Amino acid sequence: MNPGSSLLATIIPLPVLLPLLGAGATLVLSRRPTLQRALSVVVLTVVVVIAALLLVAAVQNGPIVVTVGSWPVPLGITLVVDPLSALMLLTSMTVTLAVLVYAIGQGVYDRDETTPITIFHPTYLVLAAGVANAFLSGDLFNLYVGFEVLLMASYVLLTLGGSRSRVRAGITYVVVNVVSSLVFLVGIALVYAAVGTLNLAQISLRMEQVPPGTALAIHLVLLTAFGIKAAVFPLSAWLPDSYPTAAAPVTAVFAGLLTKVGVYSIIRTETLIFPDSEVTQTILLVAAGLTMLVGALGAIAQADIKRILSFTLVSHIGYMIFGIALATPLGVAGAVFYVVHHITVQATLFCVVGLIEGVGGSTSVTRLGGLMKASPVLAVLWFIPAINLGGIPPLSGFVGKLGLVQAGVVDGSALAWVVVVVAVLTSLLTLYAVTKVWVLAFWRPADQIPVPDAPDETAESEDEYGDEDSDDEEAAGDGDAARPSGDGGLPGAPSPRTGVLTGVRPGTARTIARQEANIGAEVDWPVARLAPADGTPALSGRLLGAPGDRVSSRLPKVMAGATGALVALGLSLTVVAGPLYAVADQAADDLVARSPYISAVFAQTVDDRVAR
Amino acid sequence: MTSPIVLLALIGVLYAAGVYLILERSLTRVLLGILVLGNGTNVLVIVAGGRAGAPPLVGTAPDAEMSDALVQALVLTAIVITLGVTAFLLALIHRTWTLEREDDLTEDVEDRSVRRRLARGEQEDEEELDTTGCENASDTDDDESELEPASAGGEAAR
Repeated sequence: MNPGSSLLATIIPLPVLLPLLGAGATLVLSRRPTLQRALSVVVLTVVVVIAALLLVAAVQNGPIVVTVGSWPVPLGITLVVDPLSALMLLTSMTVTLAVLVYAIGQGVYDRDETTPITIFHPTYLVLAAGVANAFLSGDLFNLYVGFEVLLMASYVLLTLGGSRSRVRAGITYVVVNVVSSLVFLVGIALVYAAVGTLNLAQISLRMEQVPPGTALAIHLVLLTAFGIKAAVFPLSAWLPDSYPTAAAPVTAVFAGLLTKVGVYSIIRTETLIFPDSEVTQTILLVAAGLTMLVGALGAIAQADIKRILSFTLVSHIGYMIFGIALATPLGVAGAVFYVVHHITVQATLFCVVGLIEGVGGSTSVTRLGGLMKASPVLAVLWFIPAINLGGIPPLSGFVGKLGLVQAGVVDGSALAWVVVVVAVLTSLLTLYAVTKVWVLAFWRPADQIPVPDAPDETAESEDEYGDEDSDDEEAAGDGDAARPSGDGGLPGAPSPRTGVLTGVRPGTARTIARQEANIGAEVDWPVARLAPADGTPALSGRLLGAPGDRVSSRLPKVMAGATGALVALGLSLTVVAGPLYAVADQAADDLVARSPYISAVFAQTVDDRVAR
Repeated sequence: MTSPIVLLALIGVLYAAGVYLILERSLTRVLLGILVLGNGTNVLVIVAGGRAGAPPLVGTAPDAEMSDALVQALVLTAIVITLGVTAFLLALIHRTWTLEREDDLTEDVEDRSVRRRLARGEQEDEEELDTTGCENASDTDDDESELEPASAGGEAAR
């Protein structure tokens, strides 16, 4: 081992350590928001730089290993950086950083002193630490701890603000994830009972001597645990229920990262611990096809953009599982590339939805319209990642799907062909789902939004708006449009209903909600002003500014900038697709060969008992 | 190696009870179910460490007679994690109680509206789909909507 890599080895723990220390520091600094924000950004930036260094080193010199506390290998906790984990770490931390900037932009723009942003920053950093720990861990129990750290943080982030719908979604989310963690723990107990170690490299060596039936049982337990976390059908039902309720940046980072940690764990399980298990490969192939199809069909049935995206998230997990299930270097390389692409594009789309919600005041395609005219920048920000997700050439989504389809064709089995067909079909269905959003929310003129029956409540609120100008009247009415019609249509004089953005001309429009409606409103960070306390369903279009202000439909700079950076990152994945795919290929070769990982871990050992 | 039948039976009983409880609609029972399942898993981890022996303290017993200290460390970690999750879940349940005065898990609003839309199959019903972001406007059931201002006001006063 050369001195350069030993220096690198010493910085391996930093992606875990720095965010944790940062979490402590930001908690102390909770009364100094500016300093707190700066610190969070600095910490994550440093982690991104470290991750980039580690990736370069791992690609050039093979896996780097550090044993924490210099304990001999099977005793201590090992952290391993191979091309896969370095690539995952770099991608996830870059996205985490961009979403953090987005969140800061949102918080600053809202200018809301009572938002629990003091809790947001420490929790967010803990989440980053947990994700980094899971990616770097060379030990099954440490992986479990990494999962728990990131899950605990995610519980808090998901229920931030403690509003009704979030608490409801939070309970489902917590219970499902606790159960999956317990299943994981059972798997750990079974692994330990079977092979007497929890070090991944050592498990992979000893697992070969375990009787096939026992090994299969353990394998399936672990797969069930990771399958829940990765949201693989039929274990995916929890995801579209819980993700859409969270705040936009939280959903973005969850969608980008959390399921991918599960996918990463499945990659490790399949390649390192149980490399030649035909039964589970068949199971995974079937699950991959069903995940794609069911997710895509679910996306089409939805009208809320956040839910559409949650379902496409589930659907595209299927692509990665497909690559893993093929268990060939080609398939795994396709899966690795797809993970990188999908982390970026999915986080980007959820960030854009946050902006859409701000400009349009809603995330439901039935109530949005005219966004293209209102904000062309927003339209571009949505369009690029959306068609990227759908897999339009030459974008990275196309490259990833092409790689996976090629791997499936090379595999050539009947089942692989079926899944290839499903994959292409899913790509089309995804395109349909995102195009539906594009056509309805962006292209459709605002005055073509369907006209519902006018409820009594609206008439009242319009009276209160009597002295306001007509822009306000129309838009305020629209905010109320949907709800009472659920009673079968209340009788009431039909009045002209038009889009939230009706009459909103850039630079001249005024906003929609009344000032008093916002006083004492439940602070539901960060969609604070969308829901007035008195139940008057006025949609304010938060980003349009405070009531009565002269506002424009220009997007807030920081949020749009962060989203733009994510879009650019997604595009750059297309530009560097060649080198990136080469890295993915190398990672996949290492994974399938297994020996680089195992020998790197055991090269560390000074204890000769391990060699046995 | 003899199998610790009693412990295995205990694990089975705990799992059966835990699964039963977690499938309940009452949140308190779900929490109890998680606790029971967690304890069952902890016992399983202990069993995975093999036969019980002398305390694993250096010098008190020959190495071969000691219990496996690793599983005990693992279980301690798992217990701490379960404790944290339990506390958080308890807080969530309490929050649900403050908001809803109900211990049962309510149905998902979007699920319900999608189902209703499909049942009616009418285009105009699409309007009913609300944003998930608009908490107060969308979270209540239709027949509860008149109660909404009061409860929202309660939240604001908090």
